[in-house]
Amino acid sequence: MKKARAPDHLERASVPWLLACAVSTAAPHTEHLPLWLSAIIGVALLLRTGLWLKNRPLPARWLLALVVVATTAGVYIEYRTLFGRDSGVALLTLFMALKPMEMNRRRDAVVIIMLGFFLLLTHYFYSQSIPTGLWLIASVTLLTATLIRLFGGPQPPVVIARHAAQLLLQALPFMLVLFLLFPRVSGPLWGLPQDAHSSRSGLPENIAPGSISELILNGAIAFRIRFTGTPPANSVLYWRGPVMDEFDGRAWKPAFLGRMASPQIEARGESIAYELTLEPHNQRWLLALDAPLELPQNATLSMRMQALAREPVRLRSRFTLRSSTDYRAGLEETQQILSASLQLPAKGNPRARTLAAGWQQKHSNPQAIAAEAQLLFRQENFVYTLNPPLLGENSIDQFLFETKSGFCEHYASTFVFLMRAAGVPARIVAGYQGGEFNPIDGYVVVRQSDAHAWAEIWIAGRGWVRVDPTAAIAPSRVEQGIAAALPEGETLPVMARIDLDWLRQLRFRWEAINNTWNQWVLGYNPDRQRELLSRFGLGDIDWRGMTALLSALCGLALLGITVWTLWQRPRTDAAHRAWQRFCKQLAKRGAPRREAWEGPLAYASRVASVRPDYGDIVHRAARCYAKARYGNADGASMPALREAVRQLPNRWRFF
Amino acid sequence: MAALAPLQRWLFRLGQDNTLPIILTQRRIFILPTRAGLLFGMALAVMLIGAINYTLSLGHALVFLLAGLGLAGMVHTFRNLAGLSISPGRATPVHAGEIAYFSLHLANQRREARRALNFRFEKGNEATLDVPATGSASIDIPCPTSQRGRLDPGRITLSTRYPLGLFCAWSYPHPRLSCLVYPRPLKRPLPPPVAVADPGFTRGAGGQEDFAGLRLRNLSDPPRHIAWKAVARNVDAYPLLVKHFSGGAGEELWLDWALLNDETDEETKLSILTGWVLAAEDAHLSYGLAIPGGYIAPACGATHCCTCLEALALFGHEESTRS
Repeated sequence: MKKARAPDHLERASVPWLLACAVSTAAPHTEHLPLWLSAIIGVALLLRTGLWLKNRPLPARWLLALVVVATTAGVYIEYRTLFGRDSGVALLTLFMALKPMEMNRRRDAVVIIMLGFFLLLTHYFYSQSIPTGLWLIASVTLLTATLIRLFGGPQPPVVIARHAAQLLLQALPFMLVLFLLFPRVSGPLWGLPQDAHSSRSGLPENIAPGSISELILNGAIAFRIRFTGTPPANSVLYWRGPVMDEFDGRAWKPAFLGRMASPQIEARGESIAYELTLEPHNQRWLLALDAPLELPQNATLSMRMQALAREPVRLRSRFTLRSSTDYRAGLEETQQILSASLQLPAKGNPRARTLAAGWQQKHSNPQAIAAEAQLLFRQENFVYTLNPPLLGENSIDQFLFETKSGFCEHYASTFVFLMRAAGVPARIVAGYQGGEFNPIDGYVVVRQSDAHAWAEIWIAGRGWVRVDPTAAIAPSRVEQGIAAALPEGETLPVMARIDLDWLRQLRFRWEAINNTWNQWVLGYNPDRQRELLSRFGLGDIDWRGMTALLSALCGLALLGITVWTLWQRPRTDAAHRAWQRFCKQLAKRGAPRREAWEGPLAYASRVASVRPDYGDIVHRAARCYAKARYGNADGASMPALREAVRQLPNRWRFF
Repeated sequence: MAALAPLQRWLFRLGQDNTLPIILTQRRIFILPTRAGLLFGMALAVMLIGAINYTLSLGHALVFLLAGLGLAGMVHTFRNLAGLSISPGRATPVHAGEIAYFSLHLANQRREARRALNFRFEKGNEATLDVPATGSASIDIPCPTSQRGRLDPGRITLSTRYPLGLFCAWSYPHPRLSCLVYPRPLKRPLPPPVAVADPGFTRGAGGQEDFAGLRLRNLSDPPRHIAWKAVARNVDAYPLLVKHFSGGAGEELWLDWALLNDETDEETKLSILTGWVLAAEDAHLSYGLAIPGGYIAPACGATHCCTCLEALALFGHEESTRS
């Protein structure tokens, strides 16, 4: 029974638990760590496992210190800093892999566990998806189990795991209460490191040939929309992103025009209300449905009719907007914008200019010129493809007269060039077109692969009019989406190509779950918190009230757990209880009281000698009790005992 | 600190427990975070700030889950002690300078095992024990001894960090425990046996049949009476021993206080006497003990040995010697 265990000695058998902790918390980071660092981490953990298997001593301290210094220097060279987000994560992961090399006492093991908890948090910098969440729950369970192993001594792993799971289940109410009621602070508390928001995909600021088609291969979700009414047809869903009006012969970018008022937008049809949940793209534009009428408070309408947030969107954010797809906009456009919309490079693309000049002479109104250009795209054998041939210096000429194959940015850019050369103010609008309605949760999902570029021309008396030259070549692009428009055999994200119905259903379901996760778990911000609280009639609660409520509920949960874990009746045998009841009843009926030390059979014979009238029943009960308690349980003794208890004759007294 | 003693006594309910078994109720269990717990708390605070700063919703969830885990762990640590029933066992006598082990019997009525219970006297090392579910277990808690007499080890510190090591719950059960500590033995050659003056004290004439123990060899003893086995056990320390047959010579081995008059220190005398008792017992000699205030008639065997040692241990103490 007695075990001699030094209190702070690390048992050999708990080492594999700790190594498993190191692996489970460090492994997901290798996805974004530089290869050399991942290799060092892997080698260190393997070496440690080898040392454990062979029961060899750990390496000397100085050697370890040398490795730490060298790898830290490597991290510095790789990231150019030690205090950024990514370099910090790299260092933490590295320490996690190296710490097991100097693990002699339980204290070292505790440090590893704490480091593990910390590392778990850093995973969320890179992903907060449901699978990440599940992986982390498993890791937390492992870390907890390791703590139990460290402080509880050897037990079967199943028992430890069950105990860890039990502890985590008991932690759940606290988590829920704190998650829902902890006063949420929005935004960073101080400046974030430079690399805090790196690697966000989205529309580029400048458009050159190839910049949209790169995005098409990305199946990631750009934003989700929930329309208040029924969603409009796909062909009118033009989500407006950056607007570009300066051309340098190759790429388009917004011209610098200074601050100007936004143009008047007049809705002609019904207005459409919707809520847009935007994935972070590190830009200010909101991708409002063309053309936006009402914007949320923290957004403004730019002079190019874009909805712009005050700050770049760095977190998944929700915006409530109102737009109209049938509108008149910019009837009284400023001179600066119009002249910027006619700008062309001084030279280059002579054949296109000649062609446009011919149209200008032939037609007087801009609509006819635009129609001429669209006719050109339709009649000549233009091809819509993701993999167009490379273009040289006179890219417009080459595309228009030689290669004749390109993607939406080629068509939009060529069209705007021709319009300008023909004297019609025109500009390029980049954004997304279409979307996919998810019948499960009613959201419309717009992916990066829905990225699109189109053109806008300005007509006196009509304002800015959208012309989508791609629609002339590949009408199905606008009506059915990218997968229908591209020829067979071109690479596309898997998401867009799926035809199987059940697979599509599965995807819808998965994305609906993800969306709920995003909206309610990841997007749980001060607004959502207020919304939830007002649902419970606590709309005007302030942070003080919230803290009080929080403490009260936490206290309640703690009390609940305490009562639940402490209140456990000592286990007494059912047979023993029945026998005790029998003896008590018998004593009430005048039979001698059973002594605490008296065995059932001895008591029975004593009773029988004093009160022969009970002799039969007490013998029967005692035999049943002895058999149920001490003999082979045959299942018949217990009922027989109960029967005997019941059969005790009603109480009467002789004297 | 001295001024705080009454407060401490009140707060920690110090004092001896007179009712048995001792049941640890919540009023007797105290709990505080350990160093690991403080580290955990600090890590959580930093993680929370990180989660707020980067607006990581799942980060909030993780921090809150871990906070809940800490609280649940606290309850479990507390519960590891709550309701434990403790009854004292006996302690085998030891010599001063050795480690005395006090045994405790622990009973657990709960359906879960109680793990990693640490027992410690104020001085002395820790002993760790698991008590199985609805079962009982015994533990021997070490306590170092320094002087002879009855040792009262004082209160026990019973602590546990199970399951997560983030909190330490402890209690101060103080059962009535005591252990007899014999004097530290000093090895000296045994004194020579003395001839018995009173013939009534002898047990008949010398015979050759009944083995009655060993005694030191006189030159006149026949060589075949030498107890070679006994001699071989202690070649260095003792002169040759011979088998003593009942009815033999009328002399007895008296371990007498008076033989040690050249020693001045009382404790040293007791130590030497203790050494003699052990040596004589080891050699299966028959011996008597004479100390101021009483004597113990010659005999041999374990019980006799214990009686002698107890008399030496308690010499000058409350119970004094027996005759």
